[in-house]
Amino acid sequence: MFEFILHRSSFLLPNMGRLLAILIWLITAGTIAFFAWAKTKSGWWFPEAISTHAAAMDSQFKITWIVVGLAFFGAQVALGYAVWKFRAKGNERASYNEGNTRMEIVLVAITAVVFITLAVTGQRVWAGLHLNQAPPDAVQVEVTGQQFNWYFRHPGADARFGSTSPKLYNDADNTAGARPGPLGIDPKDPSGADDIVGQTLVIPVNRPISLTLRAKDVTHDFFVPALRLKQDAVPGLKINLHFTATKEGRYEVACAELCGQLHHQMRAYMRVVSQAEFDKWLSENAPK
Amino acid sequence: MISRRMIAVFFLALAVMGSAACGGKKEETAAPAAAGPTWKPTGNEGNVTGTIAFAGVAPAPKKLDTSNDGACGEALANDVLVADGKLQNVLVYVKSGLPADANFEVPTTEVELDQKGCLYVPRVLGVQAGQSLKVINSDQTNHNVHPVPKVNREWNESQLKGQAPIIKKFAKPEVMIPVKCNMHSWMLAHIAVLSHPFFAVSGANGSFSIKGLPPGEYELEAWHEKFGAKTMKVTVAAKADAKADFSFDAAKAYNVSSLPVQPALVLP
Amino acid sequence: MAEHIQTSHAAPKGFIRKYIFSTDHKVIGIQYFFLALTAALVGLVMSLLIRLRLAWPASRWPMLEAIFPDGFKDGLMQPEFYLAMVTMHGTIMVFMVLTTAPQSGFGNYFLPIQIGARDMAFPVLNMLSFWITFLSFVVLIAALFVVGGAPLGGWTFYPTLSAIPSTGPGQALGADLWIVSIALFCVASLLGALNFITTTLNMRTHGMTLMRMPLSCWGWFTTAVIALLAFPVLLAAGILLLLDRNAGTGFFIPSGVSVSGNLIPGGGGSTLLWQHLFWFFGHPEVYIAILPGMGATSHILATFARKPIFGHKAMVVAMFAIGLLGFLVWGHHMFISGMNPKVAIAFSVLTLVIGVPSAVKTFNWLGTLWGGRIRFTTPMLFAIGFVSLFVAGGVTGLVLGQTALDVVFHDTHFVTGHFHLIMGVAAIFGIFAATYYWFPKMFARTMNEPLGKVHFWLTFVGVYAIFIPFHILGIAGHPRRYADSTGYEFLRALDPLHVFITIAAFATAAAQLVFLINFFWSLFKGKRASDNPWEATTLEWSTPTPVPHENFGELLPIVHRMPYEYSVPGAEKDYLMQAE
Repeated sequence: MFEFILHRSSFLLPNMGRLLAILIWLITAGTIAFFAWAKTKSGWWFPEAISTHAAAMDSQFKITWIVVGLAFFGAQVALGYAVWKFRAKGNERASYNEGNTRMEIVLVAITAVVFITLAVTGQRVWAGLHLNQAPPDAVQVEVTGQQFNWYFRHPGADARFGSTSPKLYNDADNTAGARPGPLGIDPKDPSGADDIVGQTLVIPVNRPISLTLRAKDVTHDFFVPALRLKQDAVPGLKINLHFTATKEGRYEVACAELCGQLHHQMRAYMRVVSQAEFDKWLSENAPK
Repeated sequence: MISRRMIAVFFLALAVMGSAACGGKKEETAAPAAAGPTWKPTGNEGNVTGTIAFAGVAPAPKKLDTSNDGACGEALANDVLVADGKLQNVLVYVKSGLPADANFEVPTTEVELDQKGCLYVPRVLGVQAGQSLKVINSDQTNHNVHPVPKVNREWNESQLKGQAPIIKKFAKPEVMIPVKCNMHSWMLAHIAVLSHPFFAVSGANGSFSIKGLPPGEYELEAWHEKFGAKTMKVTVAAKADAKADFSFDAAKAYNVSSLPVQPALVLP
Repeated sequence: MAEHIQTSHAAPKGFIRKYIFSTDHKVIGIQYFFLALTAALVGLVMSLLIRLRLAWPASRWPMLEAIFPDGFKDGLMQPEFYLAMVTMHGTIMVFMVLTTAPQSGFGNYFLPIQIGARDMAFPVLNMLSFWITFLSFVVLIAALFVVGGAPLGGWTFYPTLSAIPSTGPGQALGADLWIVSIALFCVASLLGALNFITTTLNMRTHGMTLMRMPLSCWGWFTTAVIALLAFPVLLAAGILLLLDRNAGTGFFIPSGVSVSGNLIPGGGGSTLLWQHLFWFFGHPEVYIAILPGMGATSHILATFARKPIFGHKAMVVAMFAIGLLGFLVWGHHMFISGMNPKVAIAFSVLTLVIGVPSAVKTFNWLGTLWGGRIRFTTPMLFAIGFVSLFVAGGVTGLVLGQTALDVVFHDTHFVTGHFHLIMGVAAIFGIFAATYYWFPKMFARTMNEPLGKVHFWLTFVGVYAIFIPFHILGIAGHPRRYADSTGYEFLRALDPLHVFITIAAFATAAAQLVFLINFFWSLFKGKRASDNPWEATTLEWSTPTPVPHENFGELLPIVHRMPYEYSVPGAEKDYLMQAE
């Protein structure tokens, strides 16, 4: 019976193993070449990093990517070799082999060491981002997500945010100095009087920034690719996050957590400016 | 062969289920039917005209923050529009006094709501229940149109750049339905859905006129999104014009904290 | 082993009892298989619609408007339709295809036969499982046709988006139907899992020790254990969400949530609670999808390499280790959700640890091929393809499992590429391998080999062409579930990549026609199959073809040896059957 099937597809069979091996190798080489090519193409790899923690993150990625590449390359090449080499030859029998416990143990040890090392070393950047408090002199900004807008609030001269209430939200009036405005700032709270609310994030360069993330309706995600920063903004939670931007310019803020039909349009801009320009911006935008 | 007939039956069952699922879709039927006969004009109808005065200092037009969408350009807040002491965008409608069982013919004309410069034009409008509302996107950007009614069915549809108008109807009377664009959160319009054609919105000069009212005594309501509602009684004589001038006070702005709250228990 | 009496039933007479409400595990297995096949075609069409929008977001498709008047208003694909397709594609593929075909389909048919049982332990329960699953599929499809359309919250269905109907079109009745469908599916899977576990533990024939079970049985058994522990959690979460939506309970809705200017009352709940419950199910679900494929792949690799499995015991241990660890890593889906960052570290380390048994499996598959005499049949090609794709999809887990790197890659297309390779197409390759392999036993005819091979070559190249570029999108920062990327400057350069992926996707989808033609042609016109066309060793090949009612004749087979005794030195043939 088997002979019959063998014959019927004989036009493809004799060198099937070699064909498959070549294909697997070609895909492997093609994949690696594709990544190498993409790396040289503008816009096809990481955007330029502009935060203090980004370098460590990028180098952790580089190390991991080498391990990933080696594992991918090694396994695929070995797979290709096996199908190239060990094809059926007439009635010749395979070698009867039930395994090799020692090799198995060595493999477990090696992979465990490599993987756990990666896992542990990767935590340093994470710890720096999330387990440390922002320095006390950090610039405070509150970020609020709403279908499909970002609001950014600076506390003003008193360095204190005015209290807000969901009962006071008024989306329709986002003009400068509007109270209660889209964030529902209590007009009776004096510390809210000088809060600056806008839909563009303006921050000074080379100074620690401390963000407080909130969401009014559904879960959003504050994502700035250039900062290598991403954090959910969750209704009911205030999530703290801090970073330092190192290069002036205008960058895009994206939403990275599905938040509704126009999720893909929930974009804002982040302007990183010099300290002088930032001070000027603060005084120009302070509510009168 | 064990499986042939089974396979045929399986796909048949799937087809039946599928078509049953398709059949489940129903379009909302328009226009509430009152018990009485369709109302017909008799020829001795009168009109109500008036102006909406505004006391106090009108707020200076302020710039909205449209920085998240470059296609919007600059937009000014237009919730309170005052010219020469007259208030625009006030809806005036007959609140009571019409025969309860009267059935008013639904006009075949469409009421237009445009999205222009990331603002709704007009900001306040009225339609009759069952009348077509034509939503137009004149902007070079994508909007979503999201009326948030209490009585009617809520809907929420994207309207992309260059997309043909959306035609919609509201089945039941409701004053007012806020309309929002979630993409441009400042965008706000209010639609009044009425069971009759006796309503008007004050124009740039603050005047309005409700035409073709049968003679009788009516209660009118004037509604402004910022300054609330005021009522007034008018008597319309046969073939005569009645006057109804309203006045709103800048000092008595709506308390914004009275946001609508959804009911706690929503059982189907 | 199996000292108790396996009760015997007369074969049912009458069309309905025999083919519709059948309690025969073989019929039920085939029913599941066709349900999954139907669902896969629906899911495939949805994926093509998704690709269409991503490659040409501003194009008009008047022809599609005729089919989907609400989805393509004025010929433009609406973002809400796109997201509904994303949600339904994910749900249908994960639940109705990847959970249904490999486990319930092939598992139902071959688990009892491979362990030498006459049927499942609870045949009526088995029938119920199928019909509840069928009902679940019908309810899910119905969600497409209700006012507002299908839900758009993604298959993960995160609240508050999913808990409040006014958060978007499709979040009203469509979302309720989605939850009802998933709840039904949970019940069905739970019943199925009970049945699989009981059958495996109690119904094995004489001589069939646990270690002598074929690895395919180990795959199904491990999967059933996972399903038994994971599905109840999703069921509970789904019921809570349904209550939130319809009875104002607020388990997942915090206080002070305001949607489109409407303050939502009640509250006091937590959106993270859903994420924990969902992923406590959701991560093991990945293994529910892939473990039966691993089992089938091992089974097929041994058959056609003509060698015993390299490290049989290690394979079993690795499979169970993956299943167990799979319950301890769910938090890696939530690194940036607002969860305690210290907990994230523990989840991260455990996640990379799960790579170890995965590496063992890969190594043993290679070891099985090594020194073999490989017969390149179509099922073998797909099994080798499975190994290749499993590696390609698995290695990027090393990136995503690290907290710090997940900050960059979370919810980008890097993730899309990763999970499509490993739990999408690798699992699908497992299903294809199993289909080509067991078709002769299930339908008493063989599938056409040349067509099968054409199908393999096209699909193998195709899936790599589709999913490798996804990683580039992700590295460049492209978030997933975007209906349109043209609004972002940093994504502008990636447009040609989207077009490339879409073309590859359409070509690969077209290649599946080769499979469908082959499948249905062979079903009716294929060459009659002999009892053991592959010269394989396990019990399903000891039964006559077509398999009779209650699988074996008067006497149940007695098992004498391990499952994959190929090329035994000194033996007469190059294979020794378990029952000989």
